[in-house]
Amino acid sequence: MTETRWNVTFRVYRKKGAAAAHYDEFRLEVDPDEYVLDAIERIWAYQDRSLTFRHACHHSTCGACGMRVNGAEKLTCITPVRQVARDGGVIRVEPLRNFPVVSDLAVDMGVFYRRMEMGEQLPVNVDKREAIQPEARPAGPGGDQLRLADCIECGLCISACPISASSPGYLGPAVLAGIHQHGLQGSERLLELVDSEDGVWRCHSAFECTAVCPASVEPGWRIMELRREVIGQRIRGLFHGPKSSKNGQLEASQ
Amino acid sequence: MIEITKGSLLGRAAKWFDPRWRTLNMLGFILNRVTAIGLTLYLFLHLGVLSLLAQGAKAYDGFIALAHSPVFIFGEALVVAAGFIHGLNGIRIALNSFGIGARYQKALLVLVLVVALACSLVFAVRMFGA
Repeated sequence: MTETRWNVTFRVYRKKGAAAAHYDEFRLEVDPDEYVLDAIERIWAYQDRSLTFRHACHHSTCGACGMRVNGAEKLTCITPVRQVARDGGVIRVEPLRNFPVVSDLAVDMGVFYRRMEMGEQLPVNVDKREAIQPEARPAGPGGDQLRLADCIECGLCISACPISASSPGYLGPAVLAGIHQHGLQGSERLLELVDSEDGVWRCHSAFECTAVCPASVEPGWRIMELRREVIGQRIRGLFHGPKSSKNGQLEASQ
Repeated sequence: MIEITKGSLLGRAAKWFDPRWRTLNMLGFILNRVTAIGLTLYLFLHLGVLSLLAQGAKAYDGFIALAHSPVFIFGEALVVAAGFIHGLNGIRIALNSFGIGARYQKALLVLVLVVALACSLVFAVRMFGA
């Protein structure tokens, strides 16, 4: 932190219920080295308690504070003000694209999380270090659950993806990257999922997902690798005739 | 307060062509689409021009004379450039799609653009010099 102070105007996207969306402006004196999320929190604390936004860890682990800052997807807890503005400048803060807006800067990540589970990216019980199957998951709050992978599920990649903007059914970079990280592991169900209309072939190689990913997951590269795996499995299937077992796993013919 | 208009599906698809706040990767994505649309339109234009043959030699020769104007030659130079960009970028995407060089896709894109620009310039010089 420095002694320097900047006067910055935050132009914040606002939307409540069925009311029309608009931008509100908040003027703030900021330390240029403080993070955009800190400034948003101060706006909420001192200027407008109705401002809604998501945040939790403040150190780029939870992925909750993903927003668009001056149009680009950022994890606001690690985005210093000086990176996106200058003294006397304006910072425009908007919710992520390609997600339904719940309120102001908070978006509904439900479909995304369900797709992660479709891709067998199940929450993990951090004590037992084992995947929690959907039927065994506690109904309410309680129990520390998280997915042990590089992806922090911030949704920035989906917001930046031009295909997610026009094809709502597309599984999206994070889900496909998760499946690649996890591996197809001979699962016929996963193979069908990624080799579907809304799977790996829907990607049109814009690679914006990789550009915005704050966790270096490289979703673009993973999708391309997944394509190679899919092609490989399909070609092997032509010669070996894969047979599906009862649990949906492919049995390799030797 | 600044009102925001809701985006239709067409409006959201229009974001395919919006390079603001995006990186060089998006430029490759946009160029591939713009050149594809341009080449498709050119194909129909080309078929339309060929159909002049059905109207006799005079109609076709009249168009050929017009085609020697600098505006037409510039248009044809754009078609050649679009062909190079789309073709070379297509090879890059195809390679990436098979998992080849996906980690170096940005460097490959720069290479594609440089080669396409160089080839287009060579063709343009020859076309305008002819």
